[in-house]
Amino acid sequence: MEDLESVPPAAAAGRSRRGFFQAGILGLGAAIAAALGLPALAYLLIPPKSEPRDSWIEVGELNKFAAGAPLEVAFRRNRTDAWKVVSEKDTAWVVKHADGGVTAFGPQCTHLGCAYHWDDGRQQFLCPCHSSLFRMDGSVISGPAPRPLDRYETKVENGRLMVGRLRTSSQRQA
Amino acid sequence: MKRQAENLVAWLELRTGLPGAIAHFLDEKIPASGGWHQVFGSVALFLFLTQAFSGILLAFNYAPTPGEAYNSLRYILTEVTGGRLIRGLHHWGASMMIVVVVLHGVQVFVFGAYKKPRETTWILGVALLLLTLTYGLTGYLLPWDNRAYWGTVVATKIAASAPLAGPYMTRLLGAAKGVGVVTFARFYAVHVLLLPPATMLLILAHVYLVRRHGVTPQPGDEALPKKPFYPAQVFKDTAAIFIAFAVLFTLAVAAKVPLEQLADPTDTTYIPRPEWYFLFLFQTLKFFEGPLEIVGSTILPGLAVLALFAVPFIDRGQMVKVTRRTVAIVFVALAGIGWSGLTAAAVMSTPREAVAQVDYSAPTDWIQLSPEEMAGIAYFREENCAGCHSTGSSLGPDLTRAAVHKDAAWMIRHFKQPGAVRPGSAMPPVALGDAQLNSLAAFLLKLTPENASALAEAPDFAVRGAVVYQSGHCAACHMVNGVGMKVGPALNGLARRQTRSWVDDHFANPQKLSPGSIMPPYRLSGEDQKNLTAYLFSLPE
Repeated sequence: MEDLESVPPAAAAGRSRRGFFQAGILGLGAAIAAALGLPALAYLLIPPKSEPRDSWIEVGELNKFAAGAPLEVAFRRNRTDAWKVVSEKDTAWVVKHADGGVTAFGPQCTHLGCAYHWDDGRQQFLCPCHSSLFRMDGSVISGPAPRPLDRYETKVENGRLMVGRLRTSSQRQA
Repeated sequence: MKRQAENLVAWLELRTGLPGAIAHFLDEKIPASGGWHQVFGSVALFLFLTQAFSGILLAFNYAPTPGEAYNSLRYILTEVTGGRLIRGLHHWGASMMIVVVVLHGVQVFVFGAYKKPRETTWILGVALLLLTLTYGLTGYLLPWDNRAYWGTVVATKIAASAPLAGPYMTRLLGAAKGVGVVTFARFYAVHVLLLPPATMLLILAHVYLVRRHGVTPQPGDEALPKKPFYPAQVFKDTAAIFIAFAVLFTLAVAAKVPLEQLADPTDTTYIPRPEWYFLFLFQTLKFFEGPLEIVGSTILPGLAVLALFAVPFIDRGQMVKVTRRTVAIVFVALAGIGWSGLTAAAVMSTPREAVAQVDYSAPTDWIQLSPEEMAGIAYFREENCAGCHSTGSSLGPDLTRAAVHKDAAWMIRHFKQPGAVRPGSAMPPVALGDAQLNSLAAFLLKLTPENASALAEAPDFAVRGAVVYQSGHCAACHMVNGVGMKVGPALNGLARRQTRSWVDDHFANPQKLSPGSIMPPYRLSGEDQKNLTAYLFSLPE
């Protein structure tokens, strides 16, 4: 304040004008930057609205599966990829349990995504890439696979098996 | 803190010289007469940068091939958060850029600021104006809806009519066999690959020349001390930029930019209209017919552009005060009147949209509903149910969740006597007939929290058309979206099979147009018939 008193009034007025201009430039600039930047962040970071509709695909009559004999089934499903709907071929390993319950595993090894198969002799799922072995319930016996086999959501309608989304074991628990 | 900032500036100065360069730029001395009339150049530069920003954001979600382009833009508009705003900024920003660039040119013209030694600055400015127009022309095609397609058909045909250069222009535009995938690729490449770097180079050269020659002084400035560019003039520029931005943002938020249906090259009924800033050219074209058409389409506009470039060489007099430049002011006034007159004439001659169009920039979930459910939306709106039952209102329960725990029978009893089913309810009875109440219940059963906002977009013509459909008992013979009988033909895909006028005539006298048809004649009011036909034409294939 003492500084201000020592300068002539005209210079002080000039200084406050200068301060007003500088504050105005910064303030208006910041307002524009925020009005452009925040919507841009929302545009880039908020996931699009397209809700993943639970689409159930029929994979076959339940009685074509035999208990204790895993069977690989192929089916087509529509996947929505942003503005595109892609029809994709997909497969599942279906295991029927003794009590009549059914589990459908995703067809890829949980290690690096190779296609595994059912070894009838050993009664295990075997991945040819790095020799991961899984039990009939999907759990890991040996090998580098980090988690049990992924499972499809399943339901039975009028004796037909339907599969839904593929879930990892951690997603199932969540 | 202040000391650290000073150290940083010193560090940068030694290594890059940037702080000194900025200080030099801001310390430019401008004539005493400088002020608010000189803000337009800065505003144009700002708008260019905003266009680049919104354009890059759009490109992050846009697939530049026909068909895909339309679907990805629709995705941006209906599914991406803020997508509608970003597209609005880009669309309205284009228009505002034209306005501001022209205002900048008018200011320079009126003040005579193009005179020696600033002729080249003016020429670069005219080139930048042409680039701005080219952005508008090429960007117009990129949504690939009917408007884009048919507008570009006209533009390429005008280019084709140019004397001598016509056939080459058509090939250059990739439109030798009509507007197609090659045209699209060329327009896109010009819009995003060719124009932006060209614009940046020209802006750089333009600003360099402005600095080299300094801001144009007015007669009388010599006697007065010069003033610094910063902060007073920078503040004026910033304030003008802020006003322009506020207008742009308001337009982007409030003024909906529609998206028409996917481009249909077989839709011969479509009446194309160019963007508003090209309407005057479109109107000029109407004065020339037959072999003279090229006069309006290419020769006159070409001469006008040449004259614009030549302005500094035509007017070579001494610099005078702006108030004494009567010829220039009269010229601008006449050009303004001419432009407004031509534009107004073009707007007046545009036929009012005779048929209702579906706006595809909004979600169109409603087109999957049955006519009964659609009619329910009409009653929902007529009875103003949302007045009490909207989300956030405490008067009535949120109806988007009603279907979870109530069935149609309960709803209809409740509509008739609200208090009897739910004692103490303050809801007045819904005074509608049984069929209407059925419709209302059918709609409410389809309503979920997820689709509520999408279904609110159902256009009025479609829900009113569905009411006509219901009251005419059309479903007794026809099927729509899988609901109804198969006595007559299914009505999905009608738009592909017949024209609107055929359908309109068919209502009055079915046997005349389809001999042997057992459909009874319908005498509908003009409004009802229009809504019903428009609704049927909006149905999915």
